[in-house]
Amino acid sequence: MTDQQMPEDIETPPPLPKLSALMRPHRLAIMAVAAALLILMIVKMQWSWLPDYAGMLLAGLWITILLLVASTILGFLLAVPLGLVQVTGPKILSWPARVFCTIIRGTPLLLQLWLLYYGLGSLFPGIPEIRHSFLWPYLREAWPYGLLALTLSYAGYEGEVMRGAFAGVPHGELEAARAYGMGRWKVLTRIWLPRAVQRALPTLAGETVVQLKSTPLVATITVIDLYAIVGDIRQSTYLTYEPLLFLAFLYLCLTGILVTIFRHFEKKIPSRGM
Amino acid sequence: MNWELLALSPPGWGGALLRGLATSLQVAAGGFALGQLIGILGSAGKLYGGPVIKDLMEIYTTVVRAIPELVLIVLLYYAGTAALNNLMGGLGFSSVDISGMLAGILVIGLVQGAYSTEVLRGAILAIPPGQIEAARAYGMPPAMIMRRITLPAMLPHAIPGLANLWLVTTKDTALLAVVGFTELTLATRQAAGVTHEYFLFFSAAGVLYLAVTLVSNVLLQALERRASRGMVRRRT
Repeated sequence: MTDQQMPEDIETPPPLPKLSALMRPHRLAIMAVAAALLILMIVKMQWSWLPDYAGMLLAGLWITILLLVASTILGFLLAVPLGLVQVTGPKILSWPARVFCTIIRGTPLLLQLWLLYYGLGSLFPGIPEIRHSFLWPYLREAWPYGLLALTLSYAGYEGEVMRGAFAGVPHGELEAARAYGMGRWKVLTRIWLPRAVQRALPTLAGETVVQLKSTPLVATITVIDLYAIVGDIRQSTYLTYEPLLFLAFLYLCLTGILVTIFRHFEKKIPSRGM
Repeated sequence: MNWELLALSPPGWGGALLRGLATSLQVAAGGFALGQLIGILGSAGKLYGGPVIKDLMEIYTTVVRAIPELVLIVLLYYAGTAALNNLMGGLGFSSVDISGMLAGILVIGLVQGAYSTEVLRGAILAIPPGQIEAARAYGMPPAMIMRRITLPAMLPHAIPGLANLWLVTTKDTALLAVVGFTELTLATRQAAGVTHEYFLFFSAAGVLYLAVTLVSNVLLQALERRASRGMVRRRT
């Protein structure tokens, strides 16, 4: 199944260009054309709705960011044991982990989301224990299902990445740690896990961008995220292009910010010869 | 659970699901093929094009890979067809009715093309440069070098990445459900909505998707073994 893993060269973006590289004549021409297009879009298209909906857009943006951060953190916490048991665990643990990763990676996220929301959502009311538990007010809303689906999806993909990363840590380092008398838990927390995360970081950066791009799917189960807000705007203003173009622009900015944050972390990792 | 609902003929919904699966696979195959075509042109443009072409290709791959597929699909599916009809109307032609299938293939192909460009670019860079220099020394024109040397020689390097893209494509077709195109996921939702057996139908569709992935995996691994005959096995 290793062939399903994204090769790293599509995931690691090239270094940012220097300012001097932007000043070459053909690039200036391209930028001039882009600026002209932008001005044409601003002048020719309808943007008067933007101030009215600014507050709603910010609220949607907040939900999108919240879903992204919560699902990546929870998903990563799940992914570490999922990857670890596939490398060292006994068969009784490694086998279910492998089946889980295969199922998550083999079916579309939209289907998983709908299975959880409509499927579980239609089963829960029939179970009295759940109806009377303290969780019930939350389970009647849509966002727990969205968060759960996003978390499981991230865990499934990252479990596979972490499996490769754990397996790729050189044996000598682990043996050295053991020779120092470290216990199994200490070897894991001090050597194995940090080294695996270092190795996986470029892939994790790419996967987190993929996760950001998956968040708008929750709008299909009535979670009011950025995408859902833009859908509302389109319906109430009867505009086809403008809200969608603005949405695309916002996601472009979010991806850029995410890539910059991860690059900052990648730079902090000491590498040989530095 | 009421398994009879999965029967192939009505009142069972099995037939509808299988038709949805066939539609999904058609869109995936068409989109993937279009994506490869764009990928070949894009990677050639990125590696051998002039400075303007290189920058335009960079913008294409960066923008498409940074915007959610769902947003791109909605944008291109609705706005793209409207824009095309406006254009046709402006040129004096009658408006064309683009079928959902064709629009789906175009959208998926355009998205996959960006990813494929990157995969193929990496694979072409992995070819020993001497092979391409030798072809040039024989006096082959660029198109012939591409056809006879570059494309066949990069294949073993590209297949793992392309296999991954194919699996992503089969799952991306599910997003067309959001714009109302009846492929497997939307057919499943319709069946589940009518019968109220959500769990049964979504699980059944999951099994179908999983089967596609697992069968593809077996075939792709065989293909990879065949394409990398005679290559020095990299130790991992």
